[in-house]
Formats: sequence, structure tokens, C-alpha cells
Amino acid sequence: MEKLIKTLAGAALAVLLLAVPAQAQVKIGVYLPLTGQNAFGGQLELDGVKLANQELPEVLGQKIELAVMDNKSDKVESANAVKRLIDRDKAVAIIGTYGSSLAMAGGEVAESAKVPVVGTSCTNPLVTLGKTYYFRACFIDPYQGAGAATYAVKNLKAKKAALLIDVSNDYAVGLGSFFKRSFEKLGGEIAAELKYNSGDQDFTAQLTEIVSKQPDVLFIPAYFAEGGIIMKQARELGANFRIMGGDAMDNPETVSIAGAAAEGFVHTTFPYDPGMTNMNPQAKAFTAAWKKANPSKETNVNAALGYAAYVMIYDAIKRAGEATPEAITKALAETKDLDTPLGRLTLDQDHNPAMPVGIIEIKDGKRVYIGEIQPE
Amino acid sequence: MTIELFIQNLFNALTVGSLYALIAIGYSMVYGILRFINFAHGDVFMVGAYLIFFGVTAAHMPWPLAALTAIAAASALGILVDRIAYRPLREAPRISALISAIGVSFLLENLGLVVFTGLPRPAVQPAWMVDPIPISLGAAGSIRILPLSFLVPLVTLLLVLGLLWVVNHTRPGLAMRAISRDIETTRLLGVSVDRIIALTFGLGSALAAAAGIMWAMRYPQIHPFMGVFPGFKAFIAAVVGGIGSIRGAVLGGLLLGTVEIMAVAFNPTLSGYRDAFAFVLLIVILLFKPTGLMGEKMEDKI
Repeated sequence: MEKLIKTLAGAALAVLLLAVPAQAQVKIGVYLPLTGQNAFGGQLELDGVKLANQELPEVLGQKIELAVMDNKSDKVESANAVKRLIDRDKAVAIIGTYGSSLAMAGGEVAESAKVPVVGTSCTNPLVTLGKTYYFRACFIDPYQGAGAATYAVKNLKAKKAALLIDVSNDYAVGLGSFFKRSFEKLGGEIAAELKYNSGDQDFTAQLTEIVSKQPDVLFIPAYFAEGGIIMKQARELGANFRIMGGDAMDNPETVSIAGAAAEGFVHTTFPYDPGMTNMNPQAKAFTAAWKKANPSKETNVNAALGYAAYVMIYDAIKRAGEATPEAITKALAETKDLDTPLGRLTLDQDHNPAMPVGIIEIKDGKRVYIGEIQPE
Repeated sequence: MTIELFIQNLFNALTVGSLYALIAIGYSMVYGILRFINFAHGDVFMVGAYLIFFGVTAAHMPWPLAALTAIAAASALGILVDRIAYRPLREAPRISALISAIGVSFLLENLGLVVFTGLPRPAVQPAWMVDPIPISLGAAGSIRILPLSFLVPLVTLLLVLGLLWVVNHTRPGLAMRAISRDIETTRLLGVSVDRIIALTFGLGSALAAAAGIMWAMRYPQIHPFMGVFPGFKAFIAAVVGGIGSIRGAVLGGLLLGTVEIMAVAFNPTLSGYRDAFAFVLLIVILLFKPTGLMGEKMEDKI
């Protein structure tokens, strides 16, 4: 008799434990580089996600709770972070990450566990290509490379371009070749294509060669750490051409490392900036909400991307009518005309949204948002 | 290649080569005296670069004072590392001390990651060192050279002369040379061996910090892992020059820098293989001269 009572009590307790979390909340996982080389972008993306969570705290009558993991800007940590979000936190959907190679490492885990992920600023096509469960809130590198080439040819009137590419970085190799293809298609000539390896600090031999070819523009699809040094060494060697880069250069350290050498540097980015004059209503609302929530910290495009990724998942759960990974995945793939701070997003069959490419120029040591460009 | 480009590249090579040489002499000196490869050398180099950064930005010291303070503090760090991690292993097999050195290297890097954070910081560059001087070559065109490109070889030369003087013409130097021959006999002759070894590490770390400061001026970005690659390359330069020989370290560093730059200068399309070119040549040198260019025949190499 006593045994029976114990068993019954145990069963009742088990039912209670299982029932309580199920009705109360939806868990969304977040994995981002909060420490390490990419911490600047990752931290702002997390702030954007948190802001969206404050604005849209409930879906289908259930509270949305965030589970956050730091992937430490490291591929192995990135895969582990996704695994923990799925196994331990039981996340039904995941947001992340900054950095394509980090996203590819995490994506493998999510794909086999069948949990949907929405990428924030991972721009390499391979992150979502052929994947069922990976989506993203940003554009992809072919598009970004074409945007940079279009701006070089149409706005800067460049005819001769040179490239300096980190051959050991997927992002740099991809973006460089897309720039080259578009630049040649638009009638430009590639005067020199030089290479280096991640971790190199001396680029003088490569830059001496580039300077001697006298290009109109030098495209460096680098991360800010190396990009800043390249700009500095190029100017020291007498380079007077324009230098351009991609979204990975969008970091305050670019200017602090390169100093005066960064003057006139142009890089592509996503179409949001707190300084832009043609904000859509969502971007305006996002900027205002950010100012209220973080009065001492300025927002940027990464924060907007974190916000947009959350809105995409929120919208998918609402349309799906249930918060299960399968239903969310199906609804995410059908995302159409969703208004976000980055414009009206519709995902194509490869899970990528189309959006114009934003252009930033460094003027008097400050980043200035020039406007958007439609890649050709 | 035009003569103008060649001369510009020659100066590029001189700058990077003399930086390698500056790091390599620290490796070579410690090896020459103790027959021990101090793998933490590259990390003391990193600490030196951070110390001058904080000296100028946080403590608002003038640049020369910050440089001297950084060198002194790094040399104290070297002595401390020797006391904690190497001295207890003096009687142990040499390989134990080597592993201990690798441990110290990882410890300093990860400690740097925690204390300084992983974000790269811009180094402090006095403007007079990095404003390029245009030099006209008459009909051949013109080249641009940083004052730093003259300063680094000069500093390397002065440090090498100073080091050779200490080793060859002072009493502690005499004791160092004695230790390098036979540590037990030196002890029996009444020399305070531990104190001389501490001095050796202090000098070696001062050299590493000086190199870190010069490196950060040329490549103005400091982070906790900045010592890994330069340390690795300088170690190879020291081996090629003949490890243990201070003049050899200078020669090896200059050679490595020249090969790296000229490999790219003559084959711009193969610039991604810059390190591969350099290392193939170094392997060839070692095949023909296993003790390095200026090395003596020695036993017990690691």
C-alpha cells in the first residue's frame, strides 16, 4: 500500500514537472561571439535580440524566454554552443551567429538535430545552401561583392582594381572572387590580385607590387584587424588609390588601428545605420526603442540584424500556430514581405533575403552612412 | 622588376628582417648559455608590447620612459618565470624544462586573454618614426622609407654590440660563458649559478620586450597571441643562423626577411605561398649546414 502511494505520488510529480514548462514558455536559443575577436559585433547582435524580446515578449499566449551561449569566436565552441542550446535548453529555434565559419560549424549540429536557426550576419552562401534548417536575416556575399564593384565603377568611376585576399579565410576568398566577377562584368580591369595568410602582419611586398600597378581602387575583403594594418602600410608605401572592404570592416577598431590611413575608406554593409536619413517605419521604431533601452550606447547594423532575426522567428511561430521546431522551420521558409529595420524581407528558396547594399565611408575619422546601392 | 621596386623591396626586407633578428637574438642568447629553448620568449614579447601601451595610455608616461619601464618590467617577469617554472627543474631532464616553457607560454597567452581581453588594440606610434620619407632615385623614380626602417636595424645593432660586450667583457658574462661549458664546475668555482641564470633570463626578456615594442610600432596592433607567429619565425631564424650564436641570429633574421619579401616581389601571383617559399629555402640551408650558418658543432640539441 505504502509503495503504491509512493508510486502514485511520484507519477503525479512527474506529470506536474512535465506540464509546467510546456504551457508557460517558448525557449529561443541565441549563440553569438560574446568574447574573442568578433565580440564587438556579437555583443551588439545580442543587445538587438534582447531588445526585440522586450518589445515582443509573448507569442501564442506563451512567454518567450532566451537562452544565451557564447561561441567565443571559435568554430569548436560554436558547434558546442548549438548542441547545448538544443540538448540542455530544449530551444525550439536558434538565433546566430556573427561570422560565416562559426555559422557553418553550428549549422551542422542544428541540421542533424532538426532545429531551425536564423543567422544574423553570416554572409557566405554556404551557410544556408542545401540546408533545410538554416535561414538568415542578412544578404549574401555574391550580392555584397557585386554591390562593392557597382559602387566602385558607378560612383567612384574606377577602371582598374587590385585585390589583396586572405587565402585562408572562406569569407575573404568568396567575397574577393564575387567582387572580381562583377567588376569585370561592369567593364573594369583587375590589375593585380595578391594574397596573404591569416595572421600575417607584414604586407609590404604585396603592397609594393600593387602600388606599382597604380589601380584606382584596392579591394580588401579582410577582417578589421588585418584590414587596418593593410591600409596603414599601403599609405606608408605611397598609395593614393581608394581602398574598399566588406561588412567585416564595420568595426570602430578599423579607424583606431589605421588612424589617418582610414580616411576615404569605403565598405559595404547591411542597409541600416542610426545615421541614415531614409529610415523605414520599422527602422525608426527600432532606433527609438534602442535609445530608450540603452541611452548610453549607440546602436548599429549588428543590433538591427539581431532584432530582425528575432522578429523573423516570432513571425514564423505566429503563422505556424505552434512552437515546435518542425512547424517553425516550415513557416520560416515561407517568410514573405516581413517588415524589419532592414527593410521588407522575403526569403528565396536558398533561405536568403534580398536587400540593398549599404555604403559607409570614413570621413574625418568617422563612419558616415552614404546610402544604399542596388548591385548590378 | 624595375630598379625602383627592387630597392623599395630591399628596404621592406631590411625592416621585417631586422625585426626577426631582434627577436631571434633573445632566443639564441638563452640557448647559447643554458642550452635551453625558451618557448615563452614570444609571449614576453607580447607582454612588452602591452606594457608600453598601458604605460603611454593609462599611466600617461612619455614614450621613452614607458619603453624603459616596459623593458624593466618584462625583464623582472623573465626572472620570475625562471624562479617559478625553470629553476626547480634545473636537475631534471632537459625535456622537462622545455615542456615547462611551453606551459609558461600558454599560461601567458591565456592570462593575456583574460586580463587584456582578446580585442586587438592599436599600438602607440610616435609620429616621427612612422612618417614616410620619400627618397628620389633620379631617373629610376622614387621610393618611400619609414624612419623606423632605419631605427630598427640600428637598435638591433646596438643591442647585439651591448650583448656581445656583456658576454665577452664583464664578470657576469664570464660566468655565463663558464655555465655554458660546464654548469657543475662553475658552481664548484664559487659562482652563484642561479643568480647568473636569473640574469640571463632577465637580459633575454629585456630583449624580447624591446623587440615587442619595435614590432608594435611597425605593425600597430597588439593582442594576446601576437607573439606566437613572430616568435615562431624568429626561432627558425635563430636555428638557421646557428642557434647559440648571436651574430648567426642576426644573419638568420635578415635572411628570412629577405627571402619572404623577395619571394613575393618576384612571384606576385604566388604571393599566397610566401611562407612556403621561405621555409623551403630554410630547409635546404639546414640540409647542407645542419648546425646553421654560423653555428658551432654542439651536442644535446633540442
